[in-house]
Amino acid sequence: MNAPETFKTVMNRVGSLYWWLLALSVVVLLLVAGIAPANAQNSAALPMGFDEARHLLNRTSFAAQVSEINEFAKLTRAEAVDRLLAETRRQASYPPPAWAQTYERPYRPDMTQEERMKANRRELVERGLELRTWWVAEMLSTPSPFTERMTLFWHNHFATSQQKSRSATLMYRQNVLLRKYATGNFAAMLREVGKDPAMLIYLDGAQNRKGAPNENFAREVMELFTLGEGHYTEQDVKEAARAFTGWSLDGDTGEFRFRRAIHDDGVKKVLGQEGRFNGDDMITLLLQQPATGEFVVGKLWRELVSPEPDNGAVKTLAGHWRAANYEIKPLLRDMLLSDAFWAPENRAVLVKSPVDLVIGSLRQFRFSVEDPAPFAVILRQLGQDLFNPPNVKGWPGGNAWLNTTTLLARKGFLNRLFRADEMVKPAAGAAMAGTSAMDAKPTSEPKDAMTITGQTTAQLMDKDLVGANRQRAQMRLAARGTETMTPAALPAFGVANQLRGQYFFNAEQWFAQQPKQREMNDDIIWRTVLAGPPVQASKDVPPTLVGLRSLALDPMYQLK
Amino acid sequence: MMNRRNFLTTVGAGVGVMALPSFPTFAQSTPSGGYKRLLILVELKGANDGLNTFIPYADDAYATLRPTIGIKRDQVLQLSDKFGLHPALETLMPIWNKGEMAAVTGLGYPQPNLSHFRSIEIWDTGSNSNQYLNEGWLARAFDSVAPPKSFVADGVAIGGGDLGPFAGGALGSRALSIASTDAFLRQAKLADPHGRASNSALQHILKIEGEAQSAALNIDPKVTLKTEFPTHPFGQQVKTAMQVVAASPGVAALRVGLGSFDTHQGQLGTQAGLLKQLGEGIKAIKDASVELGRWQDTLVVTYCEFGRRAKENQSAGTDHGTANTQFVLGGAVKGGIKGMHPSLTQLTGEGNFIHSADYRSLYASLLRDWWGFSGAQSEKVLGGKYGSIPLFA
Repeated sequence: MNAPETFKTVMNRVGSLYWWLLALSVVVLLLVAGIAPANAQNSAALPMGFDEARHLLNRTSFAAQVSEINEFAKLTRAEAVDRLLAETRRQASYPPPAWAQTYERPYRPDMTQEERMKANRRELVERGLELRTWWVAEMLSTPSPFTERMTLFWHNHFATSQQKSRSATLMYRQNVLLRKYATGNFAAMLREVGKDPAMLIYLDGAQNRKGAPNENFAREVMELFTLGEGHYTEQDVKEAARAFTGWSLDGDTGEFRFRRAIHDDGVKKVLGQEGRFNGDDMITLLLQQPATGEFVVGKLWRELVSPEPDNGAVKTLAGHWRAANYEIKPLLRDMLLSDAFWAPENRAVLVKSPVDLVIGSLRQFRFSVEDPAPFAVILRQLGQDLFNPPNVKGWPGGNAWLNTTTLLARKGFLNRLFRADEMVKPAAGAAMAGTSAMDAKPTSEPKDAMTITGQTTAQLMDKDLVGANRQRAQMRLAARGTETMTPAALPAFGVANQLRGQYFFNAEQWFAQQPKQREMNDDIIWRTVLAGPPVQASKDVPPTLVGLRSLALDPMYQLK
Repeated sequence: MMNRRNFLTTVGAGVGVMALPSFPTFAQSTPSGGYKRLLILVELKGANDGLNTFIPYADDAYATLRPTIGIKRDQVLQLSDKFGLHPALETLMPIWNKGEMAAVTGLGYPQPNLSHFRSIEIWDTGSNSNQYLNEGWLARAFDSVAPPKSFVADGVAIGGGDLGPFAGGALGSRALSIASTDAFLRQAKLADPHGRASNSALQHILKIEGEAQSAALNIDPKVTLKTEFPTHPFGQQVKTAMQVVAASPGVAALRVGLGSFDTHQGQLGTQAGLLKQLGEGIKAIKDASVELGRWQDTLVVTYCEFGRRAKENQSAGTDHGTANTQFVLGGAVKGGIKGMHPSLTQLTGEGNFIHSADYRSLYASLLRDWWGFSGAQSEKVLGGKYGSIPLFA
């Protein structure tokens, strides 16, 4: 398949939708402006206004555009939350790589060492990068960012790494599973995750057999997926491991398979209960524990509300959730409509993840992205390598996202994003057409165009995917980039150059989205871009790329 | 035990009330206390094959385990009547002969994990096999006994990667990651710590901006060393490390890295090339330390996630293993062979070595005998009592 072509098409379609929304929002603005000043709404029964709409969208989406914020500003909190939940999806809209449809063993016993290394390279480097690129493309183009945010939340909760599971196909299938249940039912998701082949490999479930139990999954399902530390004993782990024996996978199809012969069907004493429990029974027992809901709700709170959950509120939410059979949407609704979510002291208190920062910046400023692959690599450099969390605990998140390296890397990335002089300008008149801007030609040669980090994608593959094999992979990527470079068919805001991963941002056009708003309220730019007042930048932002860069480099830009 | 916050408060109070006025300014630039002794960690990324590095050449089982890739007896650089070094480490022999190099053998941990990523995390965080810690072991060390505030940072990871053993320290800790001093000084221009923090996340960000900015100000780009550094990437990392040492008011620990040692196939040439770089790089550290008059106060310690399988594989390489040998070098080191090499014949079911010493006993020696931590402080940092290895006496 030709990923960049397809991606362009999708982005274009999304782009048209934005124009439609923009037009609508202008009308809406005229209506709303008279009756709902942007900063004065506290009552839940009235339209939220600009600031609350921005807060909601930036916690549940990737940084929202002005048009989206204005659209939501006219809704009440409940209307807005219900709309976000109604728009969630169960499937990705961006087509997956072709290889994702079929399973092939990464290794076969009869392979020579050379063949194994080749297979390793293919799975981890090539398909691994295509898989990450696919997800980044989905995040950039999805009409429901909330779905992707929740899918990522569950990827972090049920952390599984391709470094161990190897197969890119199995990682893709797990991602499909997590999206299917992302705002669905937690109990059903937990049951399927336990039998998910990538998880069975990652936590050694496939090695867990009668008489020779492997406790890895049994321990982590209690410590990290359900109960949390302190709510089970070592004996519970041992007994649970026995119950999970027999959960295995079929080596040829890569699908779950129950192997009765290695299942321990004896009596287990676990979590105060006794019986001939199997794996499904064990999951049922875990779901019956109040600690499970509290643990997951606490984690979701840190994702959506604040770094320090209110224990009383968490208990209440968890109680409702368990009673509602772990349906995720009612829980999200409760949490997003809680007083704590809207409390002024809980605004701008969460550190953006690398995904929030990168995807959010590209979406909010409508960057034209030719090839998303380099952004997958940048996410790794910033500490969030999709499909490869550091361990089963997932990314620690919060303040731990930032250290001197990652913060300077973030600022370097943002600085380059907003460096106008290196970008290719679209031809005059083509920018604002709004319909078929794809026909325009850039005024300069591709060599002057912006590259993401001043390096090629291949150079960005800098580190440790497979150590010594890396150089060969780099050469392959470089070669592929050259093949697909088609300078003759250049889109408006970028240059088709997969190798260099170019993109373009049209500041004039971006500012043109809110001229009327600006007349009413000079604060609108920083209130769109930042979660709170700038710490260092001026509130009076000049309507230029330099102005936006000053906001993006402000410490407040790191928060949501 | 004093934690960092108390420590800083106490020191701060002391300085404010009496110490500062009576000391001339240059006193601040002189490292004080245990941390005037510098620790340089060298990560052998991808896991170095210790059996072909520190070679039990006199053991008949060695030739049996390594029929193809074994180092021939007449090529081994003899250290004793039982053990010898890989010939590519020739540059280290003068240091060994001066009695400034120790080989610490048999290092590992119970229930070894054979995943690169998990096992290096275990070594970096100083954890048990089944324990997930968020802080590096040195970050915990610096949290419990803070390096002087005058230092450019507590720990500096060279190469631009993760912070490894320095990661995840408490609010007062200062860990830097520097790819090259030039790049860092350039990037740090974007750092700006000014402004008011209205919440803890913002406070965290402004702290990092401040660290980067002040570190950049504390690295004098004009200071250069006469020592010639190897031109290979490891030599350049060593150069960056020694530039930070030379051009800053001080640093407690640095980490450099070399790799990839993940030699599943065709090990002989790959490992020889890497070990040659290792030897040259360590020699350059010594030369630069001598130039700075600091060799007595400098300690170089190698580490990696695990050793490799005792028996070579079918591809003239080695697979992931367990226990391993590491090296400790420095002017203050009492050289020699430390610890017990694992048996070459009594292996685990998977054909791996059985470790004879916990890797945290090496860490305990560094904390207690190099930096002067108390037994209780070391125990707190490492989450348990570990005997130390006699590296200095």
